[in-house]
Amino acid sequence: MNNRKPQPSYCLGIESTADDFSVGVCTFEGKTLANVIDAYVPEEGGIHPREAARHHAEVAPRVLEKAFANSRLNPHKLSTIAFAQGPGLGPCLRTGATVARALASYLHVPLVGVNHCIAHVEIGRLKTGAENPVTLYVSGGNTMVVAFNSGRYRVFGETLDIALGNCLDVFAREAGLRQSVGVPLGAAVESLALDGNKLVQLPYTVKGMDISLSGLLTAAVTLLKKQKCRLEDLCYSLQETAFSMVTEVTERALAHTEKEEVLLTGGVAANKRLRSMLKIMTEDHGAKFNAVPSEFAIDNGAMIAWTGALAFAHGSVTPIEQSGVRPRWRLEEVEVPWMT
Amino acid sequence: MDDVEELSLLRKGAEASLYLASWHGRKVVMKKRLPKRYRPRELDERIRGYRTIHESQLMHAAKQAGVPTPVILLVDVKEATIIMQYVEGKQLKQLLGEAARNARCRLCQTVGKLIGNLHAAGIVHGDLTTSNMILSSAGRIFFVDFGLAERTAELEARGVDLHLMKRVMCSTHFAVADQCFRDTMEGYASVVGERATEDVLAKIGEIEKRGRYVTGRRLQAER
Repeated sequence: MNNRKPQPSYCLGIESTADDFSVGVCTFEGKTLANVIDAYVPEEGGIHPREAARHHAEVAPRVLEKAFANSRLNPHKLSTIAFAQGPGLGPCLRTGATVARALASYLHVPLVGVNHCIAHVEIGRLKTGAENPVTLYVSGGNTMVVAFNSGRYRVFGETLDIALGNCLDVFAREAGLRQSVGVPLGAAVESLALDGNKLVQLPYTVKGMDISLSGLLTAAVTLLKKQKCRLEDLCYSLQETAFSMVTEVTERALAHTEKEEVLLTGGVAANKRLRSMLKIMTEDHGAKFNAVPSEFAIDNGAMIAWTGALAFAHGSVTPIEQSGVRPRWRLEEVEVPWMT
Repeated sequence: MDDVEELSLLRKGAEASLYLASWHGRKVVMKKRLPKRYRPRELDERIRGYRTIHESQLMHAAKQAGVPTPVILLVDVKEATIIMQYVEGKQLKQLLGEAARNARCRLCQTVGKLIGNLHAAGIVHGDLTTSNMILSSAGRIFFVDFGLAERTAELEARGVDLHLMKRVMCSTHFAVADQCFRDTMEGYASVVGERATEDVLAKIGEIEKRGRYVTGRRLQAER
């Protein structure tokens, strides 16, 4: 320990857990100065980890430069470099970690490894003002209900198989829908669902506080192949059934923890129907509903920067030798001193 | 339902509201699955009706298996309402936090035995949380909320059942979770036997590894 008081000011965060490479810059007071996101869009199919990592390596210098330009910050003013250490796709994580290590050693500042899932919760709290919410985090790779309890975020419920975003994406691809820059597959399902009105019976699987989505996906794809239902009705039914399931488990966690706020975060948080379902449920319980703004709902560097700033301010740094990526890092493993 | 007089709201649960009510001079609990405005009515009615019927059937089956559950007095499917005996007592959720070590140990063993009885009878509860167990003033532990219960012979379902129990202990009673769960499984084993207990513990381990991002999962898969 040295006696000089640290003068923390700015933190840069690197996000590269899946298809997005992103760099964010924020102040330790929580002001976002830059949040540049470059998405890898596969020509067909889902994310190929190696191709995504190649994309990240290619765009990294450009994204970094743009983040510095947008934040109008002299890189030497940074106190720390944060990076998403996990969970995520190994090759993608390693690319981001390499950029982070290089930058940290060049600037002679410490590294902070950040848990990606916690970052989603933290940016949600920061941007919405929620203090101690039950969080539903739904994205292409994750579906979980988490809440803070004694020093850590705890998982109260999660998917037993595939993630919600994954379920919607795979269905969309089976239906021949295409992803384009700026229009994720989930949004295509969402807009088709608006024209659906007939509810097709699909499996609704809630097991305690956990859910299972693979049976629902299989049933929806089977009906799609039989071509007996309108695609709009199937999209509508898939959304209504899946969203009702995640809303129900969030409701269960809310009742169990007796918290007063609900926070929706992650890529699927952009879906208006999901937002409205959760809002209705939350209000019926007399709690306050918060949804993270779209820019910060998808994977982004700002959330890593902010969570890194929180961790750094509470004395947490990651020595280079411990900075290896952790593709299966559960959020329960991380202590969150800033919540107590 | 005209003969029921609502007295007070006991608990607003996740999916149903529990009212203390008066029914023919008797103090009863009215469990009403209220419509959920967030899901389409068709889906909502299907889920509520199904769960009301199931809950009452399985509460009865649990009694036959030796697990105390409230006496059912009336079932109204259309209103998704069950009227049942009022069990006076304390939730296990609260008790585990305040009981001394020995008492806690006995409580968990008893809970384990009761879960064992249920499972041996081919029933899984589906929502084994410490809020769903009540120690009555007469000293018996009642299981409530059979809304997600199922009849099944599958080891998988029993594993999921106990996995939830373990998870709830870890998330709500983290300080004593390990000991509580060990005691629970000891009670469980005394009913279903060592062999079946080992099987279900192995299944719980497998379910935990199936979760995302578990350290060691990949290593095992590669072995």
